[in-house]
Amino acid sequence: MMSQKNNFPPTLNFEIPAMSEQTIPTARTIYRPTATVQGPGGDKVSIEVRDLNFYYGEKQALHGINISILEHEVTAFIGPSGCGKSTLLRCMNRMNDLIDGTRAEGQILIEGQNIYDKDVDVIELRKHVGMVFQKSNPFPMSIYDNITYGLKIQGRKKKRELDEVVEKSLRGAALWDEAKDRLHESGLSLSGGQQQRLCIARAIAVEPDILLMDEPCSALDPIATARVEELIHELKKTFTIVIVTHNMQQAARVSDKTAFFYLGNLIEFNQTEQIFLNPSDAQTEAYVSGRFG
Amino acid sequence: MKRFFHSELEQFRSNLLLMGERCIEIVRLSTRALLEGNVDFAKAVLTKDDAIDELEVMIDAEAIRYISMRAPVAKDLRLLTVGMKAAHDLERVGDEATSIARRTLKLDAALPVKDFLGIPAMTQITLEMLRDSIDSFIEGEADKALAIPLRDKEVDRLNKQNYETLARLITQDTARINSYLDLMFISKSIERVADHASNISEEVVYLYKAEDIRHSSLVKEAKAQLREGEEPEE
Repeated sequence: MMSQKNNFPPTLNFEIPAMSEQTIPTARTIYRPTATVQGPGGDKVSIEVRDLNFYYGEKQALHGINISILEHEVTAFIGPSGCGKSTLLRCMNRMNDLIDGTRAEGQILIEGQNIYDKDVDVIELRKHVGMVFQKSNPFPMSIYDNITYGLKIQGRKKKRELDEVVEKSLRGAALWDEAKDRLHESGLSLSGGQQQRLCIARAIAVEPDILLMDEPCSALDPIATARVEELIHELKKTFTIVIVTHNMQQAARVSDKTAFFYLGNLIEFNQTEQIFLNPSDAQTEAYVSGRFG
Repeated sequence: MKRFFHSELEQFRSNLLLMGERCIEIVRLSTRALLEGNVDFAKAVLTKDDAIDELEVMIDAEAIRYISMRAPVAKDLRLLTVGMKAAHDLERVGDEATSIARRTLKLDAALPVKDFLGIPAMTQITLEMLRDSIDSFIEGEADKALAIPLRDKEVDRLNKQNYETLARLITQDTARINSYLDLMFISKSIERVADHASNISEEVVYLYKAEDIRHSSLVKEAKAQLREGEEPEE
C-alpha cells in the first residue's frame, strides 16, 4: 500500500526568492512621503484619492472616486460584490499592477505623493502600505521566518534586531503569548485565526504607515474574528487602516468612517455612526438595512 | 472575551444609575419640602429636573447608537431596551417630583399636612419602592424586583383615602379649597411615582430573567392574595 503523500507543508506554486544581496530591490526612486496634507477639519490626511477611474481592460470598475482617509482612523469600504471596493483598496498599494490590462486614471496621494507617478518604486510603496488578505497566507516556513522575511529582503540580518522585531510584531498582532514558545514551528501549524494574526504581524514587521485589509475575517470563526477586530482597534493607534468587509456589523464595530460603493461609484462616505444611524443616501440606507436588491 | 465596545455598555449602565440616584434625590427633596414645609427644598427641586431630562435624552441616544452599531443580543439587548424604558419612567418621576415641589410652594403654610393625611406613609413606601427598584437593578436581584409591584397596592389605597379626605375637607373648609386641590394632585403625583417604581422593577425582572411580568397572572395572583387579607373597599 502506498503511503499517503505528505501535504504538509503544502507545495508552493510560486518561488520564494533566495535571501541574497541580489534580491534587495534597486529602487529607481525610493518612495518617501513628501508633504503633509491637511483635511478640512485639520486632521492629517493619510490617503487622498482624486478623480480615480480604474479599468480592467475595457471594463471600467471605478468611476471618478474622490475620498480622503485620515491618519489613525479605521475606514471601512462596504458594498455589494463587484461594487469596486476591493479594486479601490488594491489601488492604494498598486496591487492591481499585477493584473494584465488594468489601467488607472487620476491620483492617489499618500502623504502628499501621487503613488501613480511614473518614478514611484512600487516595492518601496508597499513597505509603507502593507496588506492583509482575505485568506491567511503565511509562507511555508517558521513563524519567526514569516515575520523576518520582509526585513531580510531589506538586508536587515542582525539576530538581536530581528528578535526584537519578531517580539514587537507578534505583540502588536496579539499573538506573542500564543506563539512565543513555538517561534520555530511552521506558521502553517497555527489555527486559522492565529495564521491571520501572523499575517498581520508579518505586515506590521516592516513598519508600514498604512494597513490595507481585504476581508480579513471572512474565513474566520466568530472568536477569531473578535480577536482580529480587537487587534484592529489597537492597531489604529499606530497605523491608518482601510478595511474591505462584507460584514456590515463588523464595519459598524471597528471603523470610524465608512464608505459605501455601488457599481464602481462612491455613493456615500461619512462617519460610521452616521452611515448606520441616519445615512444621507437612500441606496446606502437600503444596503445597510438589508433591503438592497 | 471582553470587547473594546463593552465599556460603552458599562457607561450606559452607569448613566442609568446616575439618573436613578438623581430621581431618588429629587423625590426625597420634594416630599421633605412638602412634609416639613421647607420652601428652600422645594425651590432646589425646581433646579434639578433639567439634568434628569438630559440624562433621558443621552440614554436613549446611547441605546439607539449601540443597537445600530454593535448588534447586541440577549442580555445586552435587554439592558438597552430596558434602559430606555426605565429612563422614560425615571424622567416621569422627575416631572412628578417637580410638580410636588411647585404645588408645595403654593400650599397654605398653616396646613398640617404631616399630621392629618396618609401622605407621610405613602411617601415612605414610594421612596422605598423607588430605592429598591434601583437597588435591584444594581444588584441584579430579580426576586427583589418581583416583590416591588405588590407594595403599590398600599400606595393606591392611601391615595384613595387622601382623595376622600380632601374631597370632604373641600366642602367643609372652602377658604382652603385651592390648597386641598393641590394636595389631591400631590397625592396623585406620589402615587404615580410608585407606579413608575413598579414599572422599573418589572423591567429589572425582564432584564435579569428574560420574563415579561407586566399584566401577568403572576403579579395579578399575588395582588389578589394581598387583597384577600384586606377589608373590602367601599
